[in-house]
Amino acid sequence: MTKAQSLRHLDIAKKGEGVTQQIERHTISVMVDNEAGVLARVIGLFSGRGYNIESLTVAEVDAQHHFSRITVVTSGTPMIIEQIKNQLRRLVPVHRVTDLTVEGPSLERELILVKVKGTGEKRVESLRIADIFRARVVDSTIESFVFEMTGSTEKLTAFVNLMQPLGLVEVSRTGVVAISRGPEAI
Amino acid sequence: MATEPVTGADIVIKALVDQGVEVIFGYPGGAVLPLYDALFKQNQIKHILVRHEQAAVHSAEGYARSTGKVGVVLVTSGPGATNAVTGLTDALMDSVPVVCLTGQVPTHLIGNDAFQEADTTGITRPVTKHNYLVKSINDLSRVIHEAFHVSRSGRPGPVVVDLPKDIQQAKYDYVNYANQRHRSYNPQLKPDRALIERAVELMAKAERPLFYIGGGVVNSGTAASQLLTEFVRLTGFPCTQTLMGLGAFPASDPLSLGMVGMHGMFESNHAMHDCDLMINIGARFDDRVTGRLAAFSPGSTKIHVDIDPSSINKNVHVDLAIVGDVGHVVEDLLRVWKARQVKPNGKALAAWWDQINKWRARECLRYRPSNDVIKPQYALQRLYDAIKGRDYYITTEVGQHQMWAAQFIKFEKPYHWLTSGGLGTMGYGLPAAIGVQIAHPEALVIDVAGEASIMMNIQEMSTAAQYRTPVKVFILNNRWMGMVRQWQELLHGGRYSESYSDALPDFVKLADAFGWTGLRATKPAEMDDIIKTMIETPGPVIVDVAVDERENCFPMIPSGAAHNEMLLGPDDQKASPVSEEGMVLV
Repeated sequence: MTKAQSLRHLDIAKKGEGVTQQIERHTISVMVDNEAGVLARVIGLFSGRGYNIESLTVAEVDAQHHFSRITVVTSGTPMIIEQIKNQLRRLVPVHRVTDLTVEGPSLERELILVKVKGTGEKRVESLRIADIFRARVVDSTIESFVFEMTGSTEKLTAFVNLMQPLGLVEVSRTGVVAISRGPEAI
Repeated sequence: MATEPVTGADIVIKALVDQGVEVIFGYPGGAVLPLYDALFKQNQIKHILVRHEQAAVHSAEGYARSTGKVGVVLVTSGPGATNAVTGLTDALMDSVPVVCLTGQVPTHLIGNDAFQEADTTGITRPVTKHNYLVKSINDLSRVIHEAFHVSRSGRPGPVVVDLPKDIQQAKYDYVNYANQRHRSYNPQLKPDRALIERAVELMAKAERPLFYIGGGVVNSGTAASQLLTEFVRLTGFPCTQTLMGLGAFPASDPLSLGMVGMHGMFESNHAMHDCDLMINIGARFDDRVTGRLAAFSPGSTKIHVDIDPSSINKNVHVDLAIVGDVGHVVEDLLRVWKARQVKPNGKALAAWWDQINKWRARECLRYRPSNDVIKPQYALQRLYDAIKGRDYYITTEVGQHQMWAAQFIKFEKPYHWLTSGGLGTMGYGLPAAIGVQIAHPEALVIDVAGEASIMMNIQEMSTAAQYRTPVKVFILNNRWMGMVRQWQELLHGGRYSESYSDALPDFVKLADAFGWTGLRATKPAEMDDIIKTMIETPGPVIVDVAVDERENCFPMIPSGAAHNEMLLGPDDQKASPVSEEGMVLV
């Protein structure tokens, strides 16, 4: 994804004190110590200061050094995004904050599990579409499928929309994980 | 350097001693009994028994902000911890280093709604710089030392360490981790050299420069204040201070314009509005300072020096941001300024001072004197005249009296002015004064109070009596929550909803009841004698000064207005009514 594509201008902010600023969507990676309460600190920061969370994922990525990686997708004016990063850096267990949206090209992926219930032509159609999207069937009964798929948030949403008339009954998604392209580590 | 295993409570005491702690402010309870037992068996740390946990934190703040050391609090679980929350929030907002040890129910009972259990780390997470729940005795030594490091370094703030009772009783080796480097927390102290060069370039060619300095200078230490004073004098630029920055630059220096902001000086606010270069050192563009953001200093280039990157570009966009400790930054600025032998634009600067002196000539602190009723401003002028030249410390409560104290009492050095700026906590002044007095037993410590605020932590009179701390409480008693009444007058058609201080105690009798000395003044002619008696009386004294009930605090930037729309006095009011947008602001 290029920088221009990822800086989707979702909205024009209302005229705040003299400066008109566009709302941007950013994907931020936060490396933290994997300790009790660290996720609450990050989430509490967002809710307490009125920042948006569009998606948030967390898991330990380095068991030896007890590092967890939090990926948060947020939106705001450039001034707010800068604030979010600085506020995150201020948290004591935070090691590194990386704005993947501005620091070079990056990849975003999300995993989804979709349960579709139905028989006959609709059932066949759902399987056909799943094939086009390269979704996998991970559970099947005579009257249902569970599809597993990874991809960008947009692709997953498109798939869910197509399943809607074909007997969609349940959706579970992981939220976005992201990593920079190229050989450099953050 | 492992030693014989000792109890968790003893580990805490050893760590405190190794951190140089001499005084703890606290209140015992079930979940901290092992710690209190350990305190009982030692004589290196003095414990001050407060009468409410909120006051323990404010006392620790007073101790910390008048010494530059970390203030230490010890309270029990549940209500002990929840009562401390206001104090912790106050310390966070004003960047005061405080370590608060809270008791907790034993680890196996956590989550069971046990007696006096509260989710202390959950409750205090947004009101502390950091907090810890110690679940393993192995972590205890490290956590206590880390808490002190986090609290005092970078932008200082409160840190809570929650200590379950079984951890206090468990045994383990004590290890001194005092100089351990933290694996993720390392605030930047030294500034980027290129930014310093750029700042000096901007300053060299400025025509209407202004220093705007805040509490960060005080937090950086007395040496930083001295360096800054030297630097400001070298430049010849005017220097205005925030409420928290009073004393960071000598008030008597001709370059000082006094306080900026909502109730700041006319000349300071107009200089802020009209300057072409603003040099913000250790201040945070608080809404009490900026007024309406869209109209805030519209023509200036702004330099912002702050140790906390999140303070930069938060409210006001700046042109040059320098992250670092004020002491280091000013040292570098001085060096570059001297090395380049910078000569500021003398002609432009002279014209700028001419303009400033015209604003000064308006004498914005003027008020209508009276021979019959004590004007609060007069009371404070007489107080200041009496204490000038002594080693005095002033604390305040919150409201009109606080602003008048900031306007009329002058400070030549940092650490001597203590007020609740960010949170605006009524009830701060008395416990803070006790904390100051504990740290400076010989000094003259005065809490300038209002009759409403003082009632919020009045129980601390008992603490002062117990430790014979000779604090002086100087109440400007106008029988109103004055600032509330002033706003109701300005914004709500004079409908004084619940702002009258009814059923007040007789403060002189109250003083008597607590073993204090009580004095009262009702006429201007009595002021000097009363103040003299207050200062000369050895123990704690309460002075009830019956002041003009209707006096309002001026000058004032009304809510939602700009710096050049200041009201100078009551007659100015009708000229610029408060806008609807301004009504929403606090």
